[in-house]
Amino acid sequence: MANSPSEEPEYDLAVIGAGPAGVAGAVTAAELGLAVALLDAAERPGGQFYRHPHPALGAARPQALHHDWGTFVDLRRRLAASGLRHLAGHHVWTVVPAGPEGPWGVHAVTGADGGGPLVRIRARAVLLATGAYERQLPFPGWALPGVVGAGGAQAMLKSGLVLPGNGTCSVGVRSRAGARVVVAGSGPLLLAVATTLAAAGARVPAVVEASDYLGYARRPGALAAQPGKLAEAAAHRAALWRHGVRLRTRSAVTEVHGADRVAAVTVSRLDRDWRPVRGSGRRIACDALAVGHGLVPQLDLALALGCATRRTPDGASALDLDTHQRTSVPGVWAAGETGGVGGAQLACVEGELAGLAIAARLRGRPAPTAIRRARSLRRRRDRMRAFADVMARTHAPGPGWSRWLDDATEVCRCEEVTAGRVREAVADHGARDARTVKLLTRAGMGWCQGRMCGPAVACLAAQVPGTGLPPSPERRPLAVPVPLGVLAALDEPPGPGDGTG
Amino acid sequence: MAHDRNPARLVGAAPGPAFEITFDGRPVPALPGQSLAAALWAAGILAWRTTRVGGRPRGAFCGIGHCFDCLATVNGTANRRACLVPARPGDTVTTQEGNGHGELAV
Repeated sequence: MANSPSEEPEYDLAVIGAGPAGVAGAVTAAELGLAVALLDAAERPGGQFYRHPHPALGAARPQALHHDWGTFVDLRRRLAASGLRHLAGHHVWTVVPAGPEGPWGVHAVTGADGGGPLVRIRARAVLLATGAYERQLPFPGWALPGVVGAGGAQAMLKSGLVLPGNGTCSVGVRSRAGARVVVAGSGPLLLAVATTLAAAGARVPAVVEASDYLGYARRPGALAAQPGKLAEAAAHRAALWRHGVRLRTRSAVTEVHGADRVAAVTVSRLDRDWRPVRGSGRRIACDALAVGHGLVPQLDLALALGCATRRTPDGASALDLDTHQRTSVPGVWAAGETGGVGGAQLACVEGELAGLAIAARLRGRPAPTAIRRARSLRRRRDRMRAFADVMARTHAPGPGWSRWLDDATEVCRCEEVTAGRVREAVADHGARDARTVKLLTRAGMGWCQGRMCGPAVACLAAQVPGTGLPPSPERRPLAVPVPLGVLAALDEPPGPGDGTG
Repeated sequence: MAHDRNPARLVGAAPGPAFEITFDGRPVPALPGQSLAAALWAAGILAWRTTRVGGRPRGAFCGIGHCFDCLATVNGTANRRACLVPARPGDTVTTQEGNGHGELAV
């Protein structure tokens, strides 16, 4: 049949996601002799962290946009030498088991925007390395053009060599005065984003961090075990100082001004619970605002498979993993941000650990060198996970953030549902959770399926003061958009019992 | 003060020759390897659709294909995520009104 998925040979392992965790896991397993397929939506490996310009842009110094580029160069070399099957441009939309522990049918659509032909591969084991995406908290004016995700601004800069704002010249075109980009939200990503934007020519009037950095000082043990993180933070701070960027902690952008694009923002001081301090607002003129409140694990495929989750200290859901990176579903492993946001170095360590564990499982006994290697990796992982917990706790959204929403603020960008309508659903119609709010208001029912508004809607629905951010329901039947025609043309419905091709 | 830093200079880019796409009929330069959203940003264009309910302008937000704010009509096809679709010579991008299927009157 014309539209039925193209078949691939059966692999030992399917790795989903070609970021640091996925590539590390895939090459480790392949080097130990497994037949590995690595599927990723992007054209090039690296994930969001090692996102880099297309070769046609001829970047002689891609490392200028990156921290620790050497690690990726090494991974990429091993990937090329490993002989594993790298399926780039493959958007995996579901994974289905043929039996209780697999084999697994991994279904993907292809093409830049997922509009291409279907592919289905089969594998004895699955490694989920699907990463994370940015958590967004709404505020008045955040839907105005020129307001972009902090990670989004960095992604567009890393891959397309562009800045948001007033037009940033292409090669050979006279450069204009650099766009003024305020960077705001919470989390360590903000410092990296501001540094990169400034190095690339943006003028960054301020970095606005809703927390402060005292949380790190309260956990000196975790900090001392990660001296590299301190050095990284110091380097960012030095770079910001060099570029004349002001860091404002305990502050937030509480309003964006402009008619059809950003012209200025209001920055307000926050109290300990992130409530804006009345009368503290200061206006900063700018062309763009890059904003994000940390990252949340991307768990669509894992939740559809039934993998157990845990709460992270910043209120997100992450996969509950054992010491071998196993999920609660036999035959499914996970690594990197899916197990809790912790950064690229941790992702590499966990990817390698998962690769070793999967090879040991599928091939019988592990080699003695692999046992020693795994022991050392586990120690590094545990240190980094402890630091990640401190980071999450330090930057966890405070319960007072919703005070900066007015009733007209759009919470759900896709369905244009305002905070007023969400509050009405809660106060007048008795909604107590995000799902009920969704049914009453359509918040989270649009194109992005709640990826942007989920945490905010869940928080507004919970209405329990002082509890911070409740986890939002990430369960979605399909992980990426799939045209109905594609589903209709499948030769058998996906579900338990399917996946045998 | 002359402002001579830019992203291309930062990475020492030597791209292939620029080509032209159009946005609402106006020529916009693009570089090989750039997404449509990147080419539009480089030209200072931040919005290329209007929302279904309020008719408000929107452009790229998440930059990685998650938020669907950057939907555009590309070569007559509505609802393409401009941050994921590579720019090709002669592409026509037009501002997408609402759901992009206004002509169906549904």
